[in-house]
Amino acid sequence: MKYIDEYRDPEIARRYLSEISRLTRHSWTIMEVCGGQTHAIVKHGLDRLLPDTITLLHGPGCPVCVTSVELLDQAIEIASRTPVIFCSFGDMLRVPGSRKDLLTVKAEGGDIRTVYSPLDSIKIALENPHKEIVFFGIGFETTAPANAMAVLQASRQGIKNFSILMALVLIPPAMEFVLKSANSQVQAFLAAGHVCTVVGYKEYEKLASTYRVPITVTGFEPIDILQGILMTVTQLEKGTCMVENQYTRAVNTEGNKRAREIMGEVFEVVNRKWRGLGEIHSSGLSLRDKFAAFDAQKRFNLATIRVEENPECISGLVLQGLKKPSDCPAFATQCTPENPLGATMVSSEGACAAYYRYRRQN
Amino acid sequence: MNDNIYQGLNCPLPITDYPRVLLAHGGGGKLMHQLIDKVFTAAFSNPLLEIRHDGAVMETTTGKLAFTTDSYVVHPLFFPGGDIGSLAVNGTVNDLAMCGARPLYLSAGFIIEEGFLIESLWRIVLSMKAAADKAGVAIVTGDTKVVDRGKGHGIFINTAGIGIMEHHMTINPGQVKAGDAIIINGDIGRHGIAIMAQRESLQFETEIESDCAPLADSVQQLINANIEIHCLRDLTRGGLATTLVEIAESSRYQLFLNESAVPVRDDVRGACEILGFEPCYVANEGRFVAFVPEADAATAVSILRVKCGWNQAGIIGRVTEDQSATVIMKSSIGAERIIDMLSGEQLPRIC
Repeated sequence: MKYIDEYRDPEIARRYLSEISRLTRHSWTIMEVCGGQTHAIVKHGLDRLLPDTITLLHGPGCPVCVTSVELLDQAIEIASRTPVIFCSFGDMLRVPGSRKDLLTVKAEGGDIRTVYSPLDSIKIALENPHKEIVFFGIGFETTAPANAMAVLQASRQGIKNFSILMALVLIPPAMEFVLKSANSQVQAFLAAGHVCTVVGYKEYEKLASTYRVPITVTGFEPIDILQGILMTVTQLEKGTCMVENQYTRAVNTEGNKRAREIMGEVFEVVNRKWRGLGEIHSSGLSLRDKFAAFDAQKRFNLATIRVEENPECISGLVLQGLKKPSDCPAFATQCTPENPLGATMVSSEGACAAYYRYRRQN
Repeated sequence: MNDNIYQGLNCPLPITDYPRVLLAHGGGGKLMHQLIDKVFTAAFSNPLLEIRHDGAVMETTTGKLAFTTDSYVVHPLFFPGGDIGSLAVNGTVNDLAMCGARPLYLSAGFIIEEGFLIESLWRIVLSMKAAADKAGVAIVTGDTKVVDRGKGHGIFINTAGIGIMEHHMTINPGQVKAGDAIIINGDIGRHGIAIMAQRESLQFETEIESDCAPLADSVQQLINANIEIHCLRDLTRGGLATTLVEIAESSRYQLFLNESAVPVRDDVRGACEILGFEPCYVANEGRFVAFVPEADAATAVSILRVKCGWNQAGIIGRVTEDQSATVIMKSSIGAERIIDMLSGEQLPRIC
């Protein structure tokens, strides 16, 4: 199939791998930021094909994994009320809150719908004027423009029964958080290609020069990732720390100008708590005051929810690249996709789920 | 009534984990297997049930009979390539075929929601009649219940079927042997994507139609050609991956699957890429795998291709000597990985 097969070609993969081996003289630790990249790496076994001197660490780029339990519990609280139709991306439904997940709320009678875009929930709002439609706005810069567009549409059309539970987060602050961590071993990043399709990669230049790390904007297919690693290793061996773009077929320096404009119109940057990492300064998006009417947290009178994470779950360390999923004593024993202790075991982009699905030995 | 006899049967599912049934308990993945193992099989336990095949094969004084049942709750009721009626006939016919039986008689139970259009019911019934004629079975008994509006989803259908065994082979996962070739009759994933596209109003460039089809004749052709069949299984919910994991777990052998040998249509692959699904987990309604000795494999493939019209039939993998009860897939890029059952339903990804 066009645009897929050429990026999974075993012969091209072999050529990149031998070039990476030829160039690598030292040991390097590279973090792939996005969970989609983690899954591609583990699914295709790319880390096992690389020379032993290259270590890949799995980053915090899984939106489902980093959504805080407090927000998830608020989602569960809202979804349990009537007359509410709670709309969410499918991935989020199985993630455990502090007491239950959204699928359980659905089994208990909650009206929870899987949608593919925030704009779908606008349609549902128009079809159900006597119900409150709440969209669970999770994700990174990639999904932010569609969230902004939904708010703009609701505002322009005078839709009163629509709101968003804002959980959007930004990737560069999380990368900086990882670099600042005392134990960080990260020497370079494969940046998340799809995030950069929206916001471009200018913002990474400060990160690269301040922390002296090469950053390669990278795609999600096996050949993309191998090429991204080759470009990164080339820089590491030369001692340079530039921002380079492997994913040129989708990403340019500026990103998508129109998408950035509507994000700026609707959202403002706020501090946000990340599951497993804690609060990160200026790492979240919230609705600007003029759109406050669409803020589900303001619309629903929610009691302050205090939660405690399962103490056995090490997902915070996994998300920072300090531990591998297989380092966790609960991995594949107490913690499985059916009974997950943390979100990294649930999401289709979670590192623990990737290891469980593709690496677990009986 | 004396309840004492049931006291030894405490509900074995951890109530704290799942106090209620989730949709995932019917999704064909691990939760469904847990429900079957820990609730149904635990309570009904008997040797025929424990073979864990698509139907039960039982001895009678005049020969062996195969018996199976299945319920159909598909939504939407009508989809490209079929409808709930053709599904209800073919699904049960195929379960009998997978036992190696010649399907003969079906029952049909209808649970209809108040207000359902008679015209739709008629369309469904005509479709069942056409499917039954094509598969050479008669629908000989039935039942009708109507439930209050809002308490059904239009219509649910249950069919049960009886077939006769006209050969002396035992066909079930227990017969799988090291060295067996794994054969598939065609491309995978079409039914699931067709349903998904309708249900979620997803528009693709071309319409993807369900692969819904009867398989009994194909199995009969293999039997007539004296192919030594060890196991047959149709690929329904959970797709090829789940079916192979089930067979690996029942047979205790490791199965080796070659990803690039599994036919998948480009439009189905494209839809899967968009939704974040893997084709080998997507549902089918007219596909099956056959486990046959290596020596019979080429003949079996040729019969499926030439006599049965399955142009894309082929060998997709092998049973290894290893007794680890796992499925290993060699990916197109050359790396090997474990294939596992999904926990519940496939959920579309975020970005």
